[in-house]
This record gives sequence, structure tokens and C-alpha cells, in this order.
Amino acid sequence: MADFPDSTIDRKTLLPQLFPNPENYLLLAGLAGTAKDSAAWTQEADNLITLGGAMGAAVSMGLGMALSAPDRQVAVMTGDGELLMNAGVLATVASVMPDNLTIVCVDNGQHGETGGQPGHTSRRTDLAKMAEGAGIPSVMTISSPDEIPAAAKFLTDTPAPRFLCARVMPGAPTVYKRNWDLAECRLIFKRAFSAR
Amino acid sequence: MSTALSQQDWSKLIFDKLAGAGVTLFSYVPDFGNSVLVEMADEDNRTRTVLLSSEQEGVALCAGADLVGGRGVLLMQSSGVGNVPNMLSLIQGGRFPMLMIVTMRGEYGEQNPWQYPMGQAVVPVLEAMGVQCIRVERDDELDQAVDSAISASYVAGQGVALILTQKFLGAKAF
Repeated sequence: MADFPDSTIDRKTLLPQLFPNPENYLLLAGLAGTAKDSAAWTQEADNLITLGGAMGAAVSMGLGMALSAPDRQVAVMTGDGELLMNAGVLATVASVMPDNLTIVCVDNGQHGETGGQPGHTSRRTDLAKMAEGAGIPSVMTISSPDEIPAAAKFLTDTPAPRFLCARVMPGAPTVYKRNWDLAECRLIFKRAFSAR
Repeated sequence: MSTALSQQDWSKLIFDKLAGAGVTLFSYVPDFGNSVLVEMADEDNRTRTVLLSSEQEGVALCAGADLVGGRGVLLMQSSGVGNVPNMLSLIQGGRFPMLMIVTMRGEYGEQNPWQYPMGQAVVPVLEAMGVQCIRVERDDELDQAVDSAISASYVAGQGVALILTQKFLGAKAF
């Protein structure tokens, strides 16, 4: 086993503390726990897209947004399973070096959506080291609630692209019934983006 | 046509039409077939290239660009089509515009047996995921095919693959 400390972070309390001003970001959350947490946190604000499928899409989609809206800050919420499905995107991000992209990986070490089966990060895999090895300039890991304020500062004060690995306790994400019609969500997001 | 289009010629035709349609992001996994087009997108100050690790990233990248009013294109070899199907759920489910340009291997004139399984599956796989395929076999088809692909994707919001066949590209000799 890798030498990870046991996390004491409750995922349900994480995102509001990391992003006190979510309205300042374009937000994108991959399936599935981070999508539920993000939808509940923002009450499905019109600057958020949540995914319910296309596992692995979140960081790539965020990169597309960041490159096409260089004057806006983009924050992507992903999970450990979702990120590992498309881990090569970390290298893609590092090659492009978008200065407006923040990635938060809510790492619970398991595939929560399909029944909590253990994932690689519960064994030997360290996603922060993978991000660092890919060439992402700013990387941080937290596993205790005491570290969350420093992580929030990391998300605003360090050079982007940045990657925060938040190791959280196992446990269900926030219960929230979100809109699963991506075509409708796309139009809502696009209208809100154009209006700003 | 009296003289065959060179790779420089047809790459320029495609690049000019895409850049003219407001495409700014050229995402790609390297292939000989898309190499000149990628160089053009690198050199032009209206456009930028994004080297991908896997073709699936490009589908999501183009969808992300669309969310903020941008336009992206995904360039890949036929073998890469096998890496994208689940990501195409985004395109169908979200009705995102999507244009990919597939440079073919594993068909007409191919000498490498490894290229045939995916090459032969390109059109069925893409069509199964709701992507319309526009094939280019002859030089005189290209101009209209590129216009059609741009109209169907960026204007009408469809998922579209412009397939540059080996009959059009010429087969690689081993």
C-alpha cells in the first residue's frame, strides 16, 4: 500500500470552502459524485455543466473552455476514477499550459457510482504525482479539513494550470436530483455565458 | 482533374475553409495525413493546435469550446476512431456541433494488416454513435465535401466526420 494518510475530509463540505466565489468561474463537473456535489453546492447555477456519462470527459472539456475563453477562469471538478479513464489529458494540459485552468480531483479511492468498488488510488497510485510528472506546474494534495483554507489559497495564488488532489473519506456525495438533459443544460450555459 | 492535388494543396484548402468558418482549435493525434494541416494551424495566428494523448480528449475539448462560443476540430487517423465512441455520447446527448477529420488507413491499397480491423470499422462505428460520414475519394469532391461538413457541423449542429480515403490520400508503401 502507498503511504497515504487516512483522509478526514467530508466531500460534502469541500467545494464551498475551496471556492467561496463560484460565480467567478466557469464550472465543469465530471460524473458522478463530483457532479452531484457541484450541482447541490451551486443549485445548478448557469455557470456549471455536470456530466452523467462520457467518463473521462471533464478535464478535456474544461481545457476546451479555458482555451476558448481565455479571459475567464475555468474550474473542473473530477473524481479519481473519472480522471484515470483519461489520464493522458494531464499531459495535454501541461503541453498547452492554459493560465486559466484549475483542476480539483475529489479522490475518494473508489468507484462510488457503481457501488464503492476500490480504485487504484486506494492502493498505490498517487494522482498528484501523476499530475506533477505530466508537467502541471502547481500541484497540491490535502487530506485533512485543516488544510482546506491553504488549498483555497493555492487555487487562487499559484500559477495555472493547477491541480489539487483532495483525498476525501469514502461516503456518498450530496443527494441532489439534477437535470440530466445535457442539450438543455448546454443551451442554458451558453445563453448565460453570452449574456455576461 | 488534369493535375492531382498535392498534400500541400488540399491541406491549404481545408485549413482556409476551417479558419474562415471561425475554427480556432485544431486538436489532433499526429498522423502523416494531417501533418501539413497541423503545421498550417500552428503557423497561422488565428488558430492554435492542441496535441492530444488520445483522440477521445478531442471530442470533449471541442464540446468545451462550443460551450463558450468557440469552434474546434478533431484531426486523427482512422485507428483513432476506435478511441472515441463513448465520448461521442456527449455529442448526441448535448447536441453539440462536432467535426472530425479522419485520414484513412486500412482500406484501398493498404499493406499493413494491423490497419484493416479499425479501418474497416470506421464508418459503422461512427454511424452507430450518430456521426454522419462524408467520404472524399476524388480531388474534385473535396471542395464541396468540406463545405458540406462545415455546414452540417457548425451551422446545423450535427456530429460529422470528413473521411479522407486512401483512394484520395494515396496508400503508404512499406
